[in-house]
Amino acid sequence: MSRDEIKDVLLEIIADIDEEADFASLDADAPLRDQLDLDSMDFLDIVMELRKRYKLQIPEDEYPQLATLTSCVNYLEPKLQNV
Amino acid sequence: MPYLPDNQRIVITGVGLTAPGAANLAEFRANLLAGVSGIATIDLRYMGVHPAGICRFAETRYRKKRENSRGTRAGCIGVYCANEALADAGIDFSTYDRAATGVYIGLTEHGTVETENEVYNIGQYGYDVNYWTHHHNPRTVLNNPAGEITMNLGITGPHYSIGAACAAGNAALIQGMQMLRLGEVELALCGGVSECVGSFGIFASFRAQGALAEHEEPTRASRPFDRDRNGIVISEGGCVFTLERLDRALARGAAIYGELTGYAMNSDARDFVLPYGPRQQQCMEAALARAGLQPADITIVNTHATGTRQGDVEECTALRATFAGCANTWINNTKSSIGHAMGAAGVLELAGNLPSFTDNRVHPTINLDNLDPECALPGLVANTPKQLDRVDAILNNSFGMLGINSVVIVERFVAD
Repeated sequence: MSRDEIKDVLLEIIADIDEEADFASLDADAPLRDQLDLDSMDFLDIVMELRKRYKLQIPEDEYPQLATLTSCVNYLEPKLQNV
Repeated sequence: MPYLPDNQRIVITGVGLTAPGAANLAEFRANLLAGVSGIATIDLRYMGVHPAGICRFAETRYRKKRENSRGTRAGCIGVYCANEALADAGIDFSTYDRAATGVYIGLTEHGTVETENEVYNIGQYGYDVNYWTHHHNPRTVLNNPAGEITMNLGITGPHYSIGAACAAGNAALIQGMQMLRLGEVELALCGGVSECVGSFGIFASFRAQGALAEHEEPTRASRPFDRDRNGIVISEGGCVFTLERLDRALARGAAIYGELTGYAMNSDARDFVLPYGPRQQQCMEAALARAGLQPADITIVNTHATGTRQGDVEECTALRATFAGCANTWINNTKSSIGHAMGAAGVLELAGNLPSFTDNRVHPTINLDNLDPECALPGLVANTPKQLDRVDAILNNSFGMLGINSVVIVERFVAD
């Protein structure tokens, strides 16, 4: 998957969690939870959805790498390169 | 009723409900008087198509879709009913402190639907428990529906569930009444909810027991007291009442549906599933004694009867003994119209009869085509409503598995 495709997947997963999520002014380099109405359970929903879609097992100690949209894409790009 | 000061008299001031075919009390009452069944069918995983009572209501009127997705169906029903009850009562928490408000919700069971769904979900992933949802525990803790109500309304007083099989709605009402009398809370939101139409296991268990109703026309499947009854129609639903002390209700000029004057609960101490009429009779007699009433003082008896062969006969035997010679006591059944809403049954059925204090009508038991002679009670109101001059007292029966019996008596409110 390309970086743009990974970004689109992430935004789609977040939109499924919160249909009112506003991505228009989203800063890709700022923490997602500071900008969107997401809490820890929503964050776990994102991790679970990635697991279901791509069989990705993300270790808990690597969760901080999913803080921003850009860091998510950086983290996922090598893991999804063959998807 | 024995004398009580106004701060010990408990009144119903608001009703919020959703039942099969109705999303508020006015719709519900109209259906019951018209003999309209709310039963349709459900196509359930592993079970196929069966008669069932499904509720349609404004699920996003009081909270967002994402909160409904995160929570449970029981929570969604509870939040709707609690908000509707408060709106009906005209309570906006300027009169009552949220910290002095209690939420008591009756449940027959909880967590069955969520657990079945999650087992099915991991079945799609080779039963790898890494796919088990992190939402499972908050969804299945037994305080879930009551807790979802407090989160939605910002209520910081006590909340918990009352687990009492199919007597749970009445049991929650009794709990709210007691907490008000004890001074533990100033306002009680109490009632019952059920989401059990989502559980194949509940359908399968009733079927295995020979107690799941079947009929080619779903609206005719729930038929207590009829010779051709063949079991229970499972329904979802919810009903929440606002209960207040009379002095506070009068002070704020609340409209009063009725006064809770009698209640009783007891246990058969005999069998896991079979009901026991003599203990039901003792329960009714205890509730009457607490209210200071004679059987003949009761205008309407709303029966628990679910449409099972033995259950209906046991209750009729108890009623025949308790109300012998009561020429102005009328008997009806609400499950014939809405099926068995389990934890919500007692309160929904009481709610459906409360308007009798104003319209003086007794809603009928429907689908009574061939009365079972063993259920031929004098005063049974069959298929068409009964118009009376005046309704003074309603006795509401609600019984459940493991031999749990509950009776609540509500009287027309009469100011001193």
